[in-house]
Amino acid sequence: MFAPNEPLTPPGGVFDEPWQAQALALADTMVQEGYFSAIEWANALGIALREAEAQGVSDTLVTYYSAVLVALERLCEAHAGISSDDRARRRADWEAAYRLTPHGQPVEIRTSRIASSPKG
Amino acid sequence: MATFDGEKAAALHRELHTHLPSDPAMRVKTLESLAIERGLVAPESIDAWIEAYSEHIGPKRGAKVVAHAWTDPNFRKRLLDNAADAIKDFDFQGSATGHLKAVENTDNQHNLVVCTLCSCYPFSILGMSPAWYKSAEYRARAVREPRKVLEEFGVILPEYVGVRVWDSTAELRYIVIPQRPAGTDGWDADRLATVVTRNSMIGTERDLTREPA
Repeated sequence: MFAPNEPLTPPGGVFDEPWQAQALALADTMVQEGYFSAIEWANALGIALREAEAQGVSDTLVTYYSAVLVALERLCEAHAGISSDDRARRRADWEAAYRLTPHGQPVEIRTSRIASSPKG
Repeated sequence: MATFDGEKAAALHRELHTHLPSDPAMRVKTLESLAIERGLVAPESIDAWIEAYSEHIGPKRGAKVVAHAWTDPNFRKRLLDNAADAIKDFDFQGSATGHLKAVENTDNQHNLVVCTLCSCYPFSILGMSPAWYKSAEYRARAVREPRKVLEEFGVILPEYVGVRVWDSTAELRYIVIPQRPAGTDGWDADRLATVVTRNSMIGTERDLTREPA
C-alpha cells in the first residue's frame, strides 16, 4: 500500500498542483516572518488533519493539502489579521476578474481599488 | 454564417471564462494576494521558496551528508552529536532543521521516523516529504505497528533487530543514517552518495546496495 521506491531525485514534480506549493510556501514564509511559530503551524495542521480523519475523508494528498489550507486560513485570521470577511471579498474580486478578463489577457485585480474599498 | 460563427465564438469565450480555478487554488490565491498586498510577505520570497523546493532542494542533500558520515569519522561524530550544526558544513541548514537529530542504524537497531501529529520533516536536507509520509495511515501505524509497516515497505527485520520509532515535532526532526552497503570499500563520498535513498534516510528502507538510488 505504501509506495516504497519513489525515486530519490524528485526535483520537479514534487507537487501535484501549483496551489499546493503556494500554500506551503506561504505557510513557511509566514513562519519565517514570525507571524506564527513552527509549533503553532504544526498544531494547526494536526488539528485540521484530525478533523478530516474524523469526517471520514479519504486519506489522500488532496485531503492533506486541504488541511494545509484550512490551517493556513485559520492562522492567517488569528495572527495576521486576514479575516474570513477579507477572504470572501477578495475571492469575489478574483472571481469577477476571471469572468471579465478578455481571453488571453492576464487575470489581475486592481489592488489599489480593493485596498481602498470600504470594509463591512 | 459569419454572424453565427461570431456568436458561437462569443459563447465559447464566455464559457471559457466561467471556468474558474479550483476552489483550493482560489483560496490560496486569495490568501496570497492579501498577504502580499498588506506587506506581510514579499512575492519574491514565495517565488523563491517554490523554485527552491521544486527544483533544487531534495534528498540528494541528505545523501551527501550520510556519505560524508560514512567516510569521515570526525564528521560522523559531529553529526550524531549535533546534526543541526554539522549540516552547516554544506550550507544545508534551513527553517525546518534548526533542531535536527541524526540517528544511526546498526546491526541490532533500526530507526524509523514519523510525525504522528502532522508531517514535520527535515525539508532543508530531504526536500518535500513523500506522499505516504503525510498519510493518516502511516502517521498512525508507524508507531503502533512499525514492523508491519516496514514489511509493507519490503523491510523484513530479524527478531534480533530492534526498531526505534522517532516522532518528529516542529522543534525536533530526524534523519536516519543507514548502514553503508557492503562492497563499497574505497569509494569516495560523492560515489557513496549515489546509493543513498530517500526512504533509507526516513527509515522505511534498510539494506542499501551498490546500485545508484
